[in-house]
Amino acid sequence: MSPRTLYGKIWDEHLVATRADGTSLIYIDRHLVHEVTSPQAFEGLVLAGRALRQPGNILSVADHNVPTMDREKGIADETCRLQVEALEANVKTHGVPYIPLLDDRQGIVHVVGPEQGFTLPGTTVVCGDSHTSTHGAFGALAFGIGTSEVEHVMATQTLPQRPSKNLRVRFEGALPPGTGAKDLALRLIGQIGTAGGTGCVIEYTGPAVRALSMEGRMTLCNMSIEGGARAGLIAPDDTTFAYVEGRPLAPKEALWDAAVAHWRTLASDPVAAFDQEVVVDLRDLAPQVTWGTSPQWVTDITGRVPDPAQARNAEERDAILRALDYMGLEPGTPMEAIDIQAVFIGSCTNGRIEDLREAAGVARGRKVAQGVRALVVPGSGLVKRQAEAEGLDRIFLEAGFEWRQPGCSMCLGMNEDRLEAGVRCASTSNRNFEGRQGRGSRTHLVNPAMAAAAAVAGHFTDVRRLEIH
Amino acid sequence: MLPFTTLTGIAAPLLRANVDTDLIIPKQFLTTLVRSGLGRHLFHELRYDPAGRELPGFLLNREQYRKATLLLAGPNFGCGSSREHAPWALLDFGIRCILAPSFADIFFNNCFANGILPVVLPAEAIAQLATVQGPLTVDLPAQTVRADGLTLTFQIEPARKAALLEGMDEIKRTEASLADIEAYETRRRVEAPWLAIGGR
Repeated sequence: MSPRTLYGKIWDEHLVATRADGTSLIYIDRHLVHEVTSPQAFEGLVLAGRALRQPGNILSVADHNVPTMDREKGIADETCRLQVEALEANVKTHGVPYIPLLDDRQGIVHVVGPEQGFTLPGTTVVCGDSHTSTHGAFGALAFGIGTSEVEHVMATQTLPQRPSKNLRVRFEGALPPGTGAKDLALRLIGQIGTAGGTGCVIEYTGPAVRALSMEGRMTLCNMSIEGGARAGLIAPDDTTFAYVEGRPLAPKEALWDAAVAHWRTLASDPVAAFDQEVVVDLRDLAPQVTWGTSPQWVTDITGRVPDPAQARNAEERDAILRALDYMGLEPGTPMEAIDIQAVFIGSCTNGRIEDLREAAGVARGRKVAQGVRALVVPGSGLVKRQAEAEGLDRIFLEAGFEWRQPGCSMCLGMNEDRLEAGVRCASTSNRNFEGRQGRGSRTHLVNPAMAAAAAVAGHFTDVRRLEIH
Repeated sequence: MLPFTTLTGIAAPLLRANVDTDLIIPKQFLTTLVRSGLGRHLFHELRYDPAGRELPGFLLNREQYRKATLLLAGPNFGCGSSREHAPWALLDFGIRCILAPSFADIFFNNCFANGILPVVLPAEAIAQLATVQGPLTVDLPAQTVRADGLTLTFQIEPARKAALLEGMDEIKRTEASLADIEAYETRRRVEAPWLAIGGR
């Protein structure tokens, strides 16, 4: 057989049929479902008189519009409550595994799936959510789909697909101190642009990627979609297997051994051909901060807000002008001189235990600056429990952060965790789009330590200068 | 799915790059349990002030575009969130065809699932169409866009074209491959038994 990429191998293993028109039917092993993008799919199935083909291959949980405070009292917002109730009714009717709202395992689908061992190397994983790319960290082909496709997977356990292009991203060198997976992702997106990966599946390679923990790999793969790629992949290795082993839904005993033996064969063959290659030099990587309304508009913490006059063309100049106007920023302003009023630490990008440890390392013994509201929202109940066992909640609370219950929260503000117009936020989430965290809100994407540093300083600050406890 | 053959109508030009699905339909409208009724919230934050009044400067609030059935857009249209609420909102407003230099992948798929035709044309062609006064005609069988003596051709994957022309139910089509799906599942149970959830 000719040399194949990791993506090619997973594709081949999941090919159910090639149809006369050239499209392929690809088998879907794992399906994550949440409350926002599923009601119309369940309704469609019922209207058409179709059953779910493999309800046991689904894991469902409410995350997008759940409250992160006083959850025991129920959901105050009626439309949010109705949507969660619809999910609960649908999973009951159709026999779909569900993690209840007050269960310790509840959390953001992309935190919960890996945590439960639902996400496995070499599998295909879909969810009606673009950040499904997160699961690519395990060497799973994982991508976001629309609700019509959710219905299609529920009914047939397959999706019609066209092969994507293979894009290899090679990070050269090691991560410099004070930087992390989030900075890798933002630097890459800054380099290739927010549409740079359109039509591609990215495979992330290089020593810096190998050195990342699973949490870091998930952060990196999570933001593939922000570079336009539906999926990002990292070949599974011992780090992956050590994370997966023993998790509730992972294979055990003899099946575990057989699985690992197979997973070791999944790496791209050494001479496999990629359609495109991008090299990112990490030598001068500094903590990244976005300044605009697209994740591609990013610079070093030591950098400045760009000058539209230096844009490459009129369209880019106009776009930058509009972004600066929305963000309330003046060209040439040093990033460190930008004051913030809010901090959000959490999301499927940076809501895992390692992220909270990094943020707590900065927060310990310091105080949130006056006039700053800072939220810490663990990615799941298990992350929350672990953080509390390590005393991280005390560190945050003593520093003046709010310690919340798990969910998507202020990443998109479907629940009440929203920003007022004009409020500037250092956020560990993934999107700085106009209005993303609330109408008129101003989002700057950063890594968790940088977010905590901004919280205590009241403005963006270079975390590399702070003593970490 | 709605079939699509030819469409003649007014095209509203919204040419900024990287229009994301949050901008097309913001978060507060995603709690709906149905597909319909989102048209009045399309581009909500560009279209209305915080009190809910129309912003007269916005494209779709101008008299000539209130009944637009086509949208001329910039590159990477529909990036970001996978929310199918974006094409639902466009469709509910009346948009059946979007012409842009490029589309984000998930949004592009979601359009076809809802009978919306996304047409990829070079940025220069989009700019040229944006200057046209009066209606455009998009002819899917002929793969052309015609306006004002101008005829542009576009490419579309044959399978996508056939599905749109017919208004095909994709699930029904896949169900024709049921024997293949069953055979695959049987084979996988033997070849990759660890995929059984929590198996030992």
